[in-house]
Order: sequence, then structure tokens, then C-alpha cells
Amino acid sequence: MDQAEHLTLYQQMVVIRRLEEKSAELYQQGKIGGFLHLYIGQEATGVGAVAARSPHDNVITAYRDHGIAVACGMEPKVILAEMLGKVTGCCKGKGGSMHLADKRLNFWGGHAIVGAHIPLATGLALANKFRGEDSVTLCFFGDGATNIGYFHEGLNLAAVWDLPIVFICENNQYGMGTSIERASAVPEMRQKAEAYGMPSARVDGMELLAVHEAAAAAIAHARAGQGPYFLEALTYRYRGHSMGDPERYRKQEEVRRWQSDDPIGKFEAVLLKRGISPDDLNAIEAQAEATIADAVRFAEESPFPPPEELWRDVYAEPEAEPQPA
Amino acid sequence: MPVMTIREAVSQALWEEMERDPNVIILGEEVGMWGGTYAVTKGFYDHFGAERVRDTPIAEGVIVGAAVGAAMNGLKPVAEIMTINFAFLAMDQIVNHAAKIHSMFGGQFEVPVVIRTTSGGGKQLGATHSQTPDVIFAHFPGLKVVAPATPADAKGLLKSAIRGRDPVLFIEHSTMYQERGEVPADKDFLLPIGKSDVKRPGNDVTIVTYSKMVQITMRAVKQLEAEGIDCEVIDLRSLRPLDLGPVYASFKKTNRAVIVEEGWRSYGVGAEVAARIYEECFDYLDAPIQRVAQKEVPLPYSADLEKSAIPGPADVIAAVKAVV
Repeated sequence: MDQAEHLTLYQQMVVIRRLEEKSAELYQQGKIGGFLHLYIGQEATGVGAVAARSPHDNVITAYRDHGIAVACGMEPKVILAEMLGKVTGCCKGKGGSMHLADKRLNFWGGHAIVGAHIPLATGLALANKFRGEDSVTLCFFGDGATNIGYFHEGLNLAAVWDLPIVFICENNQYGMGTSIERASAVPEMRQKAEAYGMPSARVDGMELLAVHEAAAAAIAHARAGQGPYFLEALTYRYRGHSMGDPERYRKQEEVRRWQSDDPIGKFEAVLLKRGISPDDLNAIEAQAEATIADAVRFAEESPFPPPEELWRDVYAEPEAEPQPA
Repeated sequence: MPVMTIREAVSQALWEEMERDPNVIILGEEVGMWGGTYAVTKGFYDHFGAERVRDTPIAEGVIVGAAVGAAMNGLKPVAEIMTINFAFLAMDQIVNHAAKIHSMFGGQFEVPVVIRTTSGGGKQLGATHSQTPDVIFAHFPGLKVVAPATPADAKGLLKSAIRGRDPVLFIEHSTMYQERGEVPADKDFLLPIGKSDVKRPGNDVTIVTYSKMVQITMRAVKQLEAEGIDCEVIDLRSLRPLDLGPVYASFKKTNRAVIVEEGWRSYGVGAEVAARIYEECFDYLDAPIQRVAQKEVPLPYSADLEKSAIPGPADVIAAVKAVV
């Protein structure tokens, strides 16, 4: 990566951080409904890994999807509009925070049933492989998902069929409020990939360049036709599981310890060391603030879906659509 | 017109659609080398190859999930779930993913997946392998649920399901594969999904049914005819979309209805269809609507006990006599 690319990734991480802070604010104001799962603290895993993909590679993730959406190139204004339930959102206001997607960006969602998108990822990869294309599918999930049946069915099938998938476990060490020690029989999630004969790596998820490098190697492995690869990124979410999390399960000093290992701060130090001026970074910071301010304005000013939208897109075939009743 | 079994009709529809569209693939347990546990895909593996006829591990969640993902990404997968009892293991993929992905993401993705499965009791397979829970799946908007009763319907509806753009649960009856009937030879023989079929016109009672109970009903109707009772029989053919236009038209003529299904009565097809008739045709009602359904017990293994729990012609006859 050259310096310009480094700055782009830095900018993405800052945009995600500001977007998430703003989302929390809008949630507290009652403008965002449902559940809201913030990505703050995990920016380097999504940004680092997605930066290693080619545009024709697929990305699919779970419900903590805002950061991955930004990394895939989705504009914050479309994300915020979706969260505010507006018709200008990426899913016309039908999906909400947990179901962001943009097919044009090969970003296949935002899926909110834990682990359920892992089988979907096998299908995405199967279709590409079937057509003889060299696309790789990046499938993100949390440590919590590694305990569910879907994970094991999906990893097994991916290995049996040699599918071009990089499974990326964003190990933030808690499935909701239950720590991995209390929920997982093994301490490292990648050990579970060993059961399926799948090569794996474990990387510091707070180090952007380390994640990027590991993801690039994993993607190259899958693209070369060597089958799936399992990448575990050790990370941490600074906020609760969702906005309604009382956080009784962890101590503030643990959170503070991880905050001192902040992925944005660490990458900032790397950039400064490599000769980027503080002014350049400040300019990126200011630009990110402006982007989010514009996005909020756009989302707030956008209309809600019209009532008749309720009856649309239930089926793809127009003649199958239910009639208003 | 050629005469063939339901097995042959389903097999022919699959074969022709695979010949027609290279994006059609089959995946499921024993669909390949084995030739299908009901022998529907016999010969497919040798002809179409392992890439298009894919044997899977015994893992229903990922069978349907992989099919849904592949459908989102441009293939036309036909996933086979050996019996509908195992579809519960894939319930989340069917109802939370196949049925919702198009709508929930604002229409950007299409999920043209067909999930073929078998339903019905009567084979002494015990309580977990003998259920007819078709109606559970029909509860979910976004999914189509089709259950043919004849070889021709099986071919025409399956071809429409495969060529269509929406997810379809295609329910074949596990004891009907040997049933024979005329089937159009046309490779483009398509029947629209969501159209009921009047199997027999009549003036005295409207009988609404589907799948194997069409056959049971037709046997009952023959006996009733001998007794001077003239029944109109309507095969729903799909539970979602549910086409009740012909049912209302018939009921306005007969003023009496019986609904026959193999599954349990509570919350069933009978409950739904009866409620709709009450809503739409209240002024035409001459007798309380009767429902014929399975006894509300888990199906037992022992042959006579099992048989006594599943509706037969005598149950249909009794219900009809209760309304005339």
C-alpha cells in the first residue's frame, strides 16, 4: 500500500468512528429505532480486511455492520437514512441498522440471525466458483457465532467443496454479555477451523496493517483455488453489545485498557512516524466530521417511505405481490 | 398425451429445466450418486455431472442456506430436503432468509430458489418422520408453498417454480410417487403458481382440498355420487399464494363447504379457508363449514393406529353428510 491508500484507510476508520458516535446520539434522541450495535473499537478489522479485497469479491457480515458497510464503500448518508427508516436508505427503510446492503458494492448484508449468513456465504462462493470466476467471499462474524450449528455446517461444507471463502472471526471476546471463557470450549476461535482441516491465522485486530496483511494472504490463498481460510482478529468493542447493554459483565478498567490500544490512535502513530503531517490528519478528521454532518442532514431531510411501499417487494414477481387489505 | 407417474413427472421437469438453463443446479442429501432417496434424480449425476448435481453432508441448515446464497448470486438452485420433517432443521433459512431477503433489503436481491421436499404420513415411519406440517410454511409472506396432486400439476408447477424469481417450497407427497396420469410432453408446459383447480364440478357441496387428499376426496365423491350427492372439488395446488376465487364462486352456488387436509386441524388449512369463506360469503351460508383433518396426536408407528389418525374417504363422506 502506498501513502495515499494508507490515508484512505485512516479516513475510513475515522468516518466509522464519527458515524457510530452520531448514531448513538440519534438513537438516544429516538430517531433510530430497534437495535443498534456499534462498531467503535473494531474499525481496524473491517477496514483492514475489506481493503484487501478486489471489487469483485463478496463481503457478507452479521448485524454489527455499519463499519463493514463503510469499508465496502457505502456512503454514510445512505446508511444513516436507512437507520432513520427513510426511503433514501440502502434498503428503502425496510432493513434498518442490522440489514445494510448494497449489491452494486458486492456487499451482501448485514444479517441479524447469529451465524445464519455463514451458509449464505457458502452459496455466494459456490455461485462464483461454479461460473469459473475468481471472486472470493469474505464472511465476517463474531466469536459468539462460532458456537452455533450454522458455523460448523458452513465451515465443513466450505472445506468439503473447496469454496473460495475467507472466514473472518472478529473476536471481540463477548457474545452479547457472555465472555468466550464462559461460552466457548476452546480459547482461540481458529482452533475450531482446525476441525475442518482449514488453514488459519490469528492476528491483532487493533493493528490495521497487520489485519490487512493477514487478510491479503488469506484472500490470495482462497483465490488460488486452495479452498477456504480462517482468519481470527482479536479485537474489542468499546461500547456495549447494543445500546441497551447495562455492561455488568465487564469492568471499566478492562475497557480502558483496550481503549489505550485504540486502532485509530495506533494507526495515527504509524502514519506520523512515516512522515505524514499532523495537519494532514487533522484535515481528514475535519472532512470526516463534515461528511457525517452532511449525512445527518440528508437523512433527516429525506422522506419516510410512502404507505404503499408496505406492499412492495414482498415478492420479486410483481403479479405475486400481496394486495393491500 | 403421455401417461407417467408423479415421480417421472417431477424428474422430467427437473431434467428439462437443467437442459434448458445451465444455471439450474440440484443439491441435497443423496441427490447424486444415490439417485435421490425417492429416485427422482436417478441418472442425473451421470448425465449432468457432480458440479450440477451436488451431494451434500446431512446438514439441512447449510443445504438451504447455500442454496439461498447461490440463488442471490445468480444460480437457480433446486435444494432437496429429504422430508419436510427435516425442513425444521432449515426452518430459519427458509422463513428468515429465503422468504425475507428480497423484501428486507428493499428489493435488491432476488432469491429464485426451489426447495423440494416430501410430506405426509402413512408409511409407518413414526411420529417424527410422518408429519404434514405444510401449513406452517404457508404462514410466511415472501415464500410460495406449492403442493401438487397430479403428475401434470407436478410437472407444470415445478417448471414454473424453477423458472420463477421467488423462493418456492415445493411439497411432494411421500406416498404418491407411483400415481399415474397424463402429462403434456411440451418442454414449456408451465402452470401458473397461485391458481386453484376445479377438479370436478358439482352443485350440492364445495370440497376444498390439496395434495394427496384430492385423491382421497375423489374416492369419497364417487361414493357420494351414487347416493345422489353432487360435490364440487377444488384443488388449491398452492397454499401461498392462496387462490380462493374459485372457492367463493363455488360456495355461492352450493352454500355448503367441507375442507379436507392431511395435517392437524388446529390452525390448519381448514381453519384458514373456512374463516375466509365466512368473511366473504356469510350471506350464502346454509350450514356450518366442516373440517376433515388428522387426529391431533403425534402419529404412531403401528399400522392400523396410524391409519386411523389420517383422514380417509369415510371421514370425507361423514363430513359431507353433515352439511347437506
